[in-house]
Parts: sequence; C-alpha cells; structure tokens
Amino acid sequence: MRKRIIYSICGVVVAGLVLFGIYAWHPEIAPVTPPAKDQFPAATVAHGKVLAAAGYCSTCHTAPGGQEYAGNYQMNTDFGTIYSSNITPDPETGIGNWSEAAFIRAMRTGVSRDGHHLLPAFPFEHFNKMTDDDIKAIYAYIMSSVPAVKQQKQANGIPFPLNIRFLQAGWKMLFADTSAFEKQSDKSDEWNRGAYLAEGIAHCGACHTPRNALGGEKYSHMYEGAAIDGWIAPSLTASSKSPLPWRQQDFYEYLRTGNSLFHGSAAGPMAPVVHHGLAALSDDDIKALSVYFGDLAGNNNEDPATSPKLQAAIAAQHPMPDARINQGARLYATACASCHFSGSKLRKGRPLLALGSATHLNDPTNLVNVMLDGVRSDQGIPGVVMPAFRDALSDDEIAAIAEYLRHSAGEQPWPNLQQKVGEIRHQPRFEH
Amino acid sequence: MAKFILNGKPVVADVDADTPLLWVIRDELDMTGTKFGCGIGTCGACTVHVGGRATRSCITPVSAVEGANITTIEGLSANGDHPLQKAWQKHQVPQCGYCQSGQIMQAAALLKDIPEPSDAEIDAVMGGNLCRCMTYVRIREAIHEAADALKQGAKDDQAV
Repeated sequence: MRKRIIYSICGVVVAGLVLFGIYAWHPEIAPVTPPAKDQFPAATVAHGKVLAAAGYCSTCHTAPGGQEYAGNYQMNTDFGTIYSSNITPDPETGIGNWSEAAFIRAMRTGVSRDGHHLLPAFPFEHFNKMTDDDIKAIYAYIMSSVPAVKQQKQANGIPFPLNIRFLQAGWKMLFADTSAFEKQSDKSDEWNRGAYLAEGIAHCGACHTPRNALGGEKYSHMYEGAAIDGWIAPSLTASSKSPLPWRQQDFYEYLRTGNSLFHGSAAGPMAPVVHHGLAALSDDDIKALSVYFGDLAGNNNEDPATSPKLQAAIAAQHPMPDARINQGARLYATACASCHFSGSKLRKGRPLLALGSATHLNDPTNLVNVMLDGVRSDQGIPGVVMPAFRDALSDDEIAAIAEYLRHSAGEQPWPNLQQKVGEIRHQPRFEH
Repeated sequence: MAKFILNGKPVVADVDADTPLLWVIRDELDMTGTKFGCGIGTCGACTVHVGGRATRSCITPVSAVEGANITTIEGLSANGDHPLQKAWQKHQVPQCGYCQSGQIMQAAALLKDIPEPSDAEIDAVMGGNLCRCMTYVRIREAIHEAADALKQGAKDDQAV
C-alpha cells in the first residue's frame, strides 16, 4: 500500500516535471542574415522610433557614456546585479541575426532567440500588451536605424539558484500577466489609448506597482507605489500622499514638461521617462495617458489654487522664529529658502516643498536623494538645476533639514532619520 | 568635456564631470566676478543664474548644467546698469564688496519672481546670502528701489 502511494507521488512529480519542462522549454529560432536596412517602410521606422523612445529602451540598454542600445547598463536589484543586453543590430553580440518572429517572441514572452529565458528586469509582460504592428515597428526601427555596436554583455551577478534560467519559466507561470490588452468598453477611446500606452510600451507599472517577495507585480495593487532604483515611485492612485490631488491636467503638465506647479518635478528615474521617453509621443497620446491616470487618481476636479491646503502651505512658509535653536530651520533659511520660498502664491521654479510628495511619503528616500544629488538641467524643469549637497552637508545636517521640512509639511517625524540618511547616501547609485 | 552657454556665448571646458561650476567659471573661463565663500552652498557668494534661476555654483557639479544657460554678474547687464546695480551704487551697499555679486544675482532672480517684494519676502529669499559687513538694511533698501525702477521701466515701455 505504502509503496503504491510513493509510486503515485513519484509519478505525479515526474509528470509535473515533464509538463513544466514542456512549458519551460522553447526552441531556438534559427538565426537570419541581418535584414537589409532599406527593406522597412519609412513610416514604420518612424513609428518604431517613437515607440522605442516611449519604452525608454535606450535608458536601460545604454551604459553611462556608452553607445546607445549597446547594453551593459548596470541594474542593482534585490536579486543581484544585472547588466542589460546589447540590442543593436550587431549579428554577434547584438540582435542582428534575430528574425522578426524571434523579436516578437522575446517582447511577448521574455524568451531569447536561442530559447533561453530572459530575466524579468526586461518588462516583457508589459510589452506583451502591445499590438503586433507596434512591436514590428520597433523591430524595423532597431534593425534599420540603430548603429550596430560590437560589445559583449557583462556577466550578471545573480547568485545560484536564481541564475538557472529554466526556473524563470516558473516565475512567468506564477507572476506574469500574459493576457493580451483588452479595451474596456465602458471607457472612452482616449482612456483606452492611455491604458494601452501605460500598460504596454510605457510600462508605468514596472516601477509604480509594488512587487511581491519574488519580484512579481501585485496586480491587485496596480500603481499604488513602490521602491525602485534607490527611489520611491509614488502612488498614482487615490492613495497618493500628495496634499493636492492630481487632476488630469496636472498629469498632462507633468508628463509633457517634467514639472507640475502644484506637485513637483520629475527627478531620479522619472526624469528620463519624461524627457527622453514620453517626449517623443504626440500631444494626443500624452492627453490619453493623462485621462487614464486622472481616472485612476479619482477624477479630481477641485481647483488646487483655492485649496485650503495650498493656502496653509503658503502661510506656513513665514514664521521662522526658532532659527537660532533649530538647526534644520537655520540651514533651510541659508541653503534652501532662496529658491524654495514662493511668497504669497505658487510660482513655477519655486517649488513649495510642503506640497511635494517627497515630504509626505512614509520614506524619506526621495527627499534625501534630491538634497544629496540635486536636479540636473536635463531633469525636472529643463535648463534649471538644483545644486547637490552631497559633499557640502553631513548626514546630521541633511537629516535636520529633512526633519524640519517634514514638520513644516504637517507630518509625523520619520523614524531613525539620521541613520537612514547615511544609508541613502551610501546606497548604490543608478545613472539616469 | 563640459559645454554650456555662459553670458550668451557657448563655452567648452576640459574638466572632470564633478568639478564645481564655480571653479569652471573662475579658473577655466576667467570670469572672476563670482566669488567663493563657504563652499557648501550656505552663504550665497557664488550665486549665478542657471536657466534664469539663482543657483549656488560652488556645489553644482558642472555635469549638472550641461547645455544650460548661465549668467554671471558680468552678464547681468551690458554696461553694469541693471536697476539693481544702479541702486547698489546709490545706496553704497558694497562695503568690502565680497558678497555683492552673489547678492545682486540673488536679488535679480527675486525681482523676476516677486516684482514687488515686501520686507519679509526679501528677508526670506535673501536670508541665505550672508554679508559680513552687515549691510542688510542697505541691501533691502536697494532692492526696494530697484523694484520701483523696474516697475517704472515697465510702465514706460507700455507708454511707448
């Protein structure tokens, strides 16, 4: 009897392994001679160029100072260091000998031309939402217009057993949304266009949706905010910590210009999203994204200019009676107020810090990151910078300013702030 | 190689990416009107305009201003006759003079954003520009006077 049970269990396990093997195994797709550059219609190539920008392909597939799309951009994940692949049309080290079918399979299922599973740092589960035509256009753009660069990919620092690529099939089975994009009939065409862009090419959820312990997106908490690349991607839903709610026009202003008057600037990993990515999209597409996110945030219509919270934030700028004993207030007055004091009304380029999400998030990371490394001219409002206090102020001093700002914003103190500033200062830096 | 626009002219400097903008302006490009004060962005002596906004250049890495428009005290006006510069002379604001280019650049940015500032608003924005000669009262007077002159100038422009 017992033998029979053991045999049955073994049988089920073996059958399971065989089935998993069948599920996980993907054949190689035969290499092809690199397609001729002039074989793609110009309109398709132009369309692909826009989409490649809107997917920030080059942001993750280009090393700092390196050649575009040649890979080796370093990503420090919770599971180890990953270097991105060379996706230039070089036949040896890039994707030059990939057929269109191989490219589509990789974009949809995260499987390389030779059949091995790609790591989910590559957001294939988002790109799978795209139409065949859109994916083909990106292929046409890369193959015809991206210069081929011979550059071997650096070896990843992913430890055993996570480096067994076969197991990625299990991750995909458990965590990846493999369904196609479906239009929601009760929403407008504009909303659906926004959803298609956000969930597909722009893969907004890859950063803004929290992930489980194994790195799968928690689809039940879509866009509710997550830690990513040493920053916090804030919630885009009604759970946002912003004192003034995000309206459709706020999303539009932010995504089109890199700054929202009532909220703040696109810094850190969000800066290239706006300025090197979405900048390529048409105004209609940015409007569509704004309609989609405006809806997810709760379709707020209240005019922030008349909000009591805004008036309170403006009024709270002035009284600074304790500068002699409060180090944070004193440092703020000398190092920050010259730019951040906005007078009796909000002014573009004079961000009122009590309104930004950075002072309201449960985690001080974003605020401290900006204080340490500033904002470059190609981030936030183009051409305008914030200096970097990394080598100027100590952890104590940064923490004192952050604590003062947190208090001014009407929030409870962040716990262990000083220690946290030290940790943020020394965390691996991402080049954006 | 750093590239940006300085007082309207494209400039190039062969420096490391993390070199402070102030060093590049003074040592590489020989614009010495901008001064080094505290070196930690808390005294304002090194204030220049980046994209029209007052910015502490001693702690701004030159890599951060790639392609940006930078104005120093040398570029604020063609003949040193910006209303602030005139008011500065009239009220004899500079004593030792070390902080004044930073003060004027900060004040110019202030008047662009807040054309008719109250005393409290001047204090809030200018509070980070330190003056060891303690000429703060004169600084405030000169800013008010320049604000009036700018307002008058705007009116005259409209009349024309």
